[in-house]
Amino acid sequence: MSYAAGAPALNEISLALAPGEQVAIIGPSGAGKSTLLATLACALRPVAGSVQVLGVDPWALPAGELHALRQRLFLAPQLPPLPPRQRVVHAVLAGRLPQWSAWQALRSLIYPADAEIARAALARFRLEDKLFLRCDKLSGGERQRVALARLLASAAELLLLDEPVSSLDPALALNALEVLQGEAGARGATLVVSLHAVDLALAKFPRMIGVKAGRVVFDLPRAQVTDELLADLYGAELNASVQALPDEPSAVLKLSRCT
Amino acid sequence: MKLAWGALSGLMLALVFLALCVFSLSGDWASFFSWTAAVKMSEFAAGFLSPAIDPAFLSKLAYATFETLAISWLGTLIACVFGLLAALPASGRWGRAPRAAARLLLNVLRAIPELVWAVMAVIAVGLGPFAGTLALGVHTTGVLGRLFAESLENVPPEPGASLRRHGVGAVAAFWYTTFPQVTPQLMSYSMYRWEINVRAAAILGVVGAGGLGQMLHFHLSLFQMSEAASVLIAMIVLVSVVDALSNYFRGRMIA
Amino acid sequence: MHLSVAGDLRDPAWRGRVTAAIVFLALLLPAGYLTEFNPATLWGEASLRALKQFLGSFFPPAMSPEFLKLVAEAAWKTVAIATVGTAIAIAIALPTALAATRILSISRIATGRMAALPALVRRAIRWLLIFLRSIPEIVWAMIFVRAVGLGDTAGVMAIGITYGGMLGKVYIEILESADNQSTKVLLQNGAGRLQAFWYAALPVSLPEMMSYTIYRWECAIRASVVMGFVGAGGLGQQMELSMKMLAGAEVLTMLLVFVALVWMADMLSALLRRVFA
Repeated sequence: MSYAAGAPALNEISLALAPGEQVAIIGPSGAGKSTLLATLACALRPVAGSVQVLGVDPWALPAGELHALRQRLFLAPQLPPLPPRQRVVHAVLAGRLPQWSAWQALRSLIYPADAEIARAALARFRLEDKLFLRCDKLSGGERQRVALARLLASAAELLLLDEPVSSLDPALALNALEVLQGEAGARGATLVVSLHAVDLALAKFPRMIGVKAGRVVFDLPRAQVTDELLADLYGAELNASVQALPDEPSAVLKLSRCT
Repeated sequence: MKLAWGALSGLMLALVFLALCVFSLSGDWASFFSWTAAVKMSEFAAGFLSPAIDPAFLSKLAYATFETLAISWLGTLIACVFGLLAALPASGRWGRAPRAAARLLLNVLRAIPELVWAVMAVIAVGLGPFAGTLALGVHTTGVLGRLFAESLENVPPEPGASLRRHGVGAVAAFWYTTFPQVTPQLMSYSMYRWEINVRAAAILGVVGAGGLGQMLHFHLSLFQMSEAASVLIAMIVLVSVVDALSNYFRGRMIA
Repeated sequence: MHLSVAGDLRDPAWRGRVTAAIVFLALLLPAGYLTEFNPATLWGEASLRALKQFLGSFFPPAMSPEFLKLVAEAAWKTVAIATVGTAIAIAIALPTALAATRILSISRIATGRMAALPALVRRAIRWLLIFLRSIPEIVWAMIFVRAVGLGDTAGVMAIGITYGGMLGKVYIEILESADNQSTKVLLQNGAGRLQAFWYAALPVSLPEMMSYTIYRWECAIRASVVMGFVGAGGLGQQMELSMKMLAGAEVLTMLLVFVALVWMADMLSALLRRVFA
């Protein structure tokens, strides 16, 4: 897909992603990463320019077909969208809703139809014993993994994840990314992930897109991403914070791990 | 535990109770959905869609509207005064026994619906708006009295206590410290209650307590649907106007 | 140092207060006239006698077994009217609220504003709800009594319609004021509207919706008694008959039963709300 968009949050973006690619989006806070992901997910309509998702222009489609298009993608927001009183099994199986009729969906609430699928998905994130717990009884990291398990249960071809491992410790985060990438590879799905942990991104993703202040700063294969580029990307933020505290001694900052 | 047993059993119980209730009723659904009922309802609807607007009727309607407004206003006012009086013992300032007694009285006044009070008032003082005013006043005293008592209980006691320590009498201390602190809340409750009472006043008339309700009952009994429709419209307009006024005044008081 | 005293020592709020007091008194007179306010009638010879007779007949309350049985049946009928009426109200309110709420709008996902036709449809449904609840239930009851005759059917339908409007409005408010992130995400990922409701909006809003519905059921019991006075069955209708005959003892029994009924409904409602919500 490719688009060139002009919007207050994002400006003059021109991107193309081939099916099956795996891409990491990195950049400072407020750069527009979430907006970019939402636009790719047909959840935000660009003010100017054109978008093509999975081969079609979503905004030229009639409403019914646009909704059918949405069923083929999966957007995971930063905050896991889990209703507090819902049980984990239903939260995970919600990924299958596009495949179910309304009646099947209701029946599954009374007696879960594909509990095995939910269990298998949770098992890959080491959460299979939480199957029948309520979502509000989980920790932040567990909730994030349940949201990822929902992705495994879905059948989407375009996977867009906004900070999917931000609450996980390094070992769990690595495991989660490996599971996601394995799943995307097995399905031939396109995977786009925005990450804060730059070293994780560099380690796992073959292509990196750097976004700053609503613009794409670079779009390169992993090997060509240098430390200077990263410093540039996060640098303005660092400089601004240093200038704001003139009397503080400038701390030693590790550029590869940014807050 | 694949099935959520708690939720399911709750739902089952509710449905069983509902079934019991349905069976207890006369089940006269046939008459509700019957042809004669449909014909009657369409006659009513036709009447409603052409409300009466001849001047003689409209002037009577206007009088009844103001009567209803007066019933609600005066009734609420009476309730403010007596409610405040009853709230003094009910807030516990004079001991536990008066508090219990006052609260019991207020609960009785509240629990009995305005309409029942209205029927009794009609028996006591005859048909007409006076009965309605009394009924509203009595019932609303119970409501406002309890609300006022709770406000009085929640007033911080330090200002009053400090005055009394300086030898100021209890009554003066009340007017200078407690009363000013609760006045905004009292006014707000009273305004809100006035809104509700306008609706109530409009309805009380069906048992003969004056105002738009009495007119509505009269015309409905004679199956004069056009006139009844006009009365209904007047009711809705009156309620909307009072709602707007009350919101305005409450907004001004908060600001 | 020259200290000048402010010229005017009058209280600036004085004028406002005097005006308000004058307006108040000016309104008091017409109000008194319009309401035929005449406390003297309370103490007038004839009415005092009638009142004393009526109040005197209150004690002792009627307690014969047949009468108590009659009252118990009437009380149960009132509960049944309220329950079935509330059930009908839920059946009206729930689909209507789902159809009218913004949070299930698919056309709103990408631009934050609904397309024209869906917006129009939703507004029309909300106007329907306003119409249903703006006419007091007792008026509906009077109309139905004249259309289908005396009895509980009129009461049930009157409650169903009015409370349907009220419940619908409150359901919409509850759905829209809750955290709708989970609903939005399901819709963005292609779930159907009903599916998004069952899997996201309902779990989030169910406790509040149930709590309000149970509270409305309590109100329905009181409303059923009031509607009985215009012939819609139950305890109210019995009370009206007894009052017409000035049978104070019977009225007192029924009043006591009514207060007990309302109190029990209050307890039950509080219990249910604590357990389920």
